[in-house]
Amino acid sequence: MTAGTDNSEVRGARRQRPSLPTNPPLLRRVLTKFIRNEVCKVGVDRVVVGLSGGVDSAVSAMLAAEALGPASVLAIKMPYRTSSQESLLHADLICARTGIVSLCVDISPQIDAYFERFPDADALRRGNKMARERMTILYDHSARWKALVLGTSNKTELLLGYGTLYGDMASALNPLGDLYKTQVWALAEEIGVPEDIIRKQPSADLWAGQTDEAELGFGYREVDQLLYAMVDLRYSRAELYAADFAESFVARVGTLVRNSQFKRRLPVIAKVSLRTIDRDFRYARDWGR
Amino acid sequence: MATGQFTVAIAQISPRLGDLEANVDLYEERMRAARGLGADLVVFPELSVTGYFLKDMVSTVALRLDAPEVQRLAALSRNGGLVAGLVEETSDYRFYNSAVYFEDGRIVHVHRKAYLPTYGLFDEGRYLARGDRIRSFESKFGRCAILICEDLWHPSTACIAALDGALMVLCPSASPMRGISDEREQDDNARYWELINAMYAQTFALFIVYANRVGFEDGVGFWGGSEIVDPTGVRVSKGLYYEEDLVVGEVNLKHARRQRVISPLLRDENIDLTINELMRIRGRGERSLPGLVPAGAPPRELRRPRAASRKRLPVKSDRA
Repeated sequence: MTAGTDNSEVRGARRQRPSLPTNPPLLRRVLTKFIRNEVCKVGVDRVVVGLSGGVDSAVSAMLAAEALGPASVLAIKMPYRTSSQESLLHADLICARTGIVSLCVDISPQIDAYFERFPDADALRRGNKMARERMTILYDHSARWKALVLGTSNKTELLLGYGTLYGDMASALNPLGDLYKTQVWALAEEIGVPEDIIRKQPSADLWAGQTDEAELGFGYREVDQLLYAMVDLRYSRAELYAADFAESFVARVGTLVRNSQFKRRLPVIAKVSLRTIDRDFRYARDWGR
Repeated sequence: MATGQFTVAIAQISPRLGDLEANVDLYEERMRAARGLGADLVVFPELSVTGYFLKDMVSTVALRLDAPEVQRLAALSRNGGLVAGLVEETSDYRFYNSAVYFEDGRIVHVHRKAYLPTYGLFDEGRYLARGDRIRSFESKFGRCAILICEDLWHPSTACIAALDGALMVLCPSASPMRGISDEREQDDNARYWELINAMYAQTFALFIVYANRVGFEDGVGFWGGSEIVDPTGVRVSKGLYYEEDLVVGEVNLKHARRQRVISPLLRDENIDLTINELMRIRGRGERSLPGLVPAGAPPRELRRPRAASRKRLPVKSDRA
């Protein structure tokens, strides 16, 4: 994160914004190996992924199909009655292109049944509830199919906290978690995600016309440049301003990152014993694998 | 095997985290394959007997040098040499990130990693004790030194090894993929390592055998790309990136002679000059805090008396 506001340290500093590298062939190579490795290590050979019709889940699913073979990937479409028809068509397009088998579970009945009891729930509550219902369906099918749940959250969303905790943020392995949205787009082109899916406005598709960028108030390419400079390259605030990022933009994004830190951590545990999980009981997840 | 001329193999493997038995089995299998290809000396990656991100597992997988697993490794070195990476437990219960050199069935040298990276994704200083020496040693192949991964990022270690007579540095490593760029096929860490290996091999006119691992631990991938670099900085052989491999190359230590004739940098290295300047620099920290012992200062018994700080060592230009 940013630190220090002393302008003297940017004397003669870069005025150019750092350019975010994408190197799609390298990402493709490493991420397919990652998926194969993580899945086989656990002793299964399959993944289940929620396919929304958007670019993130398309990339995750196609990487998995390349890594494990399409027969080892189960895609689940989980539309709500207000979801756009285009999303479903795009999900089908991915399946047709890769040979991945898909299943459609309409979540409308279970969502509507719940909100009949709480009719005053706002869009945020409804959106989060849908994300969590989808998660339970994915995990149920992971048990049914002896497969791991494949994540689709990218680094931009994870850093901004633009996702539902225990909803779309939940997965067993996530090949996209260290890729900014800009990098996901570049990778999407590399692996042959249909152009329409790459070009369309990213959306959580919770209501007609909703787009991520309108909701966030800035564009992904713009915020990715900022996050890359801020997080990866550890630019100070003064350096960010010198690179022509507006102070208000830097402040807003900084706050989003800080305030969503809890979403990127396990629940906080009160320490009473000699060895507390994740504090002084520390083991790799790949313990013995 | 003619004197100074031999075949080196690097076993670029993906060990299982915390599974000693599986990993020693893997050593056996790769040793057989390497020997089948005529390898005299086989180098395995850092901590490849145990896995790398051990955290609280360190004390569970640590091995005394008389442990049965170590004896199994020793047996693999019959009629040749073997470098193995493991957690070494000492008689006073310290745990080191060690590389053990076995030759003809016995232990000849142990190097304990001196620079434990404890920043970014690394946490070695939290779990391991720090080695306190860098020594070259005689092997049947010629004089060698072992430096483990981060050790070699500190130029002083390669310099010490070379001045201590090493003609070959064996470097077991567990280097993770870290950072991408658009200019290169590989990640940033691979680029930096290749720069270091070529640069130090040529600067100190010695062979570098760089043995990196592959595989993933908790999502961290290791990039492989093991290599043998000759004393002119040129690659003898190169392993695959991100894939398991067995990298084989011929080494002729006499090539160090040619490079040292062409460019006698080591002959001209002025140890006394370096020591004098380092002692001055070390002393400066102490003087700037009168009456206080600066953080990181050596224990009192190791500190030199005040009077000595003004005395310079004689500088010889013609050291033997």
